[in-house]
Amino acid sequence: MDIFKIIDKFQQIDGDAVGRLEYASRRHFMSRVGSKLASAAIPTAFAAIVNKAFAQSAAAVDVLNYALTLEYLEDEFYKAGIAAANLIPASDKTIFMQIGKHESQHVAFLVKALGDKAIKKPTFDFTYKGGFADVFSNYKTFVTVSSALEDTGVRAYKGQAGALIADPQILEYALQVHSVEARHAAVARRLAAMLLGMPAMKGWITGKEGAVAPIYAGEDNMIQGGVNIKGLASKSDAAVTEAFDEPLTKEAVLAIAGPFIKA
Amino acid sequence: MIKHTNTKHSSGEAEGEITSVVNRRLFLRSAGLATSLGTIVIAAGCKDDDDPIPGTGDAVDLGSGDIGVLNYAYALEQLEAAFYTQVIQTPYNGMTDAEKTILTDIRDHEIVHRDFFKAALADKAIKGLTPNFDSIDFTKRDAVLGAAKLFEDTGVAAYNGAGKLIKNPNYLLLAGKIVSVEARHASVIRDLINPKSADFAGDDIIDMNGMDKAIAPADILMAVKGYVKDTISGPNVGK
Repeated sequence: MDIFKIIDKFQQIDGDAVGRLEYASRRHFMSRVGSKLASAAIPTAFAAIVNKAFAQSAAAVDVLNYALTLEYLEDEFYKAGIAAANLIPASDKTIFMQIGKHESQHVAFLVKALGDKAIKKPTFDFTYKGGFADVFSNYKTFVTVSSALEDTGVRAYKGQAGALIADPQILEYALQVHSVEARHAAVARRLAAMLLGMPAMKGWITGKEGAVAPIYAGEDNMIQGGVNIKGLASKSDAAVTEAFDEPLTKEAVLAIAGPFIKA
Repeated sequence: MIKHTNTKHSSGEAEGEITSVVNRRLFLRSAGLATSLGTIVIAAGCKDDDDPIPGTGDAVDLGSGDIGVLNYAYALEQLEAAFYTQVIQTPYNGMTDAEKTILTDIRDHEIVHRDFFKAALADKAIKGLTPNFDSIDFTKRDAVLGAAKLFEDTGVAAYNGAGKLIKNPNYLLLAGKIVSVEARHASVIRDLINPKSADFAGDDIIDMNGMDKAIAPADILMAVKGYVKDTISGPNVGK
């Protein structure tokens, strides 16, 4: 691909394109192309070129495929749960239909953004090698797993923000998905708390409180911006830890998600 | 045009270097501040929910670069903290115990966020803002939860829109740690208003790609203008 040809074409619709390239790294420029693509009506032929260029950022491709793995997992999980007879009570169906809809949309968006760089959908084992054997027949287990997947999703996206700092438009998309996962997590946690009789489990994460303990390692962190903020504003440790959600590394997330993935 | 962009870039870099030096100093100082605040509060057992020294309808410039972004967050957290402080001081008619617990939790999170930014910014922090909640009837559940929904959704969109303006990855992570808590608030408030509905992540706020809103500072400042007596401007936030 001839990068200068693209810039020439781009210059015709964005007079500042050369300036942008001067100003930015190549990768940075690519993501700006992506942003222009999203907002402007660009002829299809050109869009195809840009799409390829857009996906050239190796760091971004990695992050997006990682996100896609998790979104595939969530999407399949809700599809199976919604399809299972006598699993989700009528009163809660709307909630899971809405969550499931978003996960499908996230998959579709990521597949489109990655183009031919998108990974194939893995095959999943939602029983978690037997750990959640009745996940699609016992509503309590289903909600437990839902809350765990959503909270893990929040931690996973948060953990990638820094890796996308040079790709501002992709970073913004990731943030926009991240907060949707957090909305899901809050509602799933509150359902789980009620069903499992865990009154200490709220929509936000107090200390390391959650239905599947290993997922919440480090959520009780009180070092923020390099400072221990224990006792800030004379608030309790509960309040201080609830006020900040904590990230997880890709390795930690994949270790958690691993048993869900057959191949 | 090219020259202009270049100039902007190099000054941005220089600023980044300065900022990182300043940041180290700020954080060292804020560590001291947090500790001394804690000591004062414990020693005096004083009220902690009061707004920090309110002023009256001043012009407030958020500043530039990352400091501008942090002050922008600080401004929004000030408004949220003041709002929930009022909600708990004068509970609406018929507030249930469960609702009071939720709203008290949220108040405390916003106060922690506010005081965190204040400590982190130290002498770079904007003044304590004077909120204007005249338009909110704090005796009515609908009015209070409606305003809470607006503040939380706005907070989420503001952090989402500010992310790409942040240069220091540590600040970006901090914003990420806070925005998901705001999103949890939005979800719970929306579920209080319309329980068991799709509203917790409703089609009114989430787009066809399953994405939340991301809104630029200028538009957010316009949207919250009616809730603060000071005139906040942030033309150089993130620049």
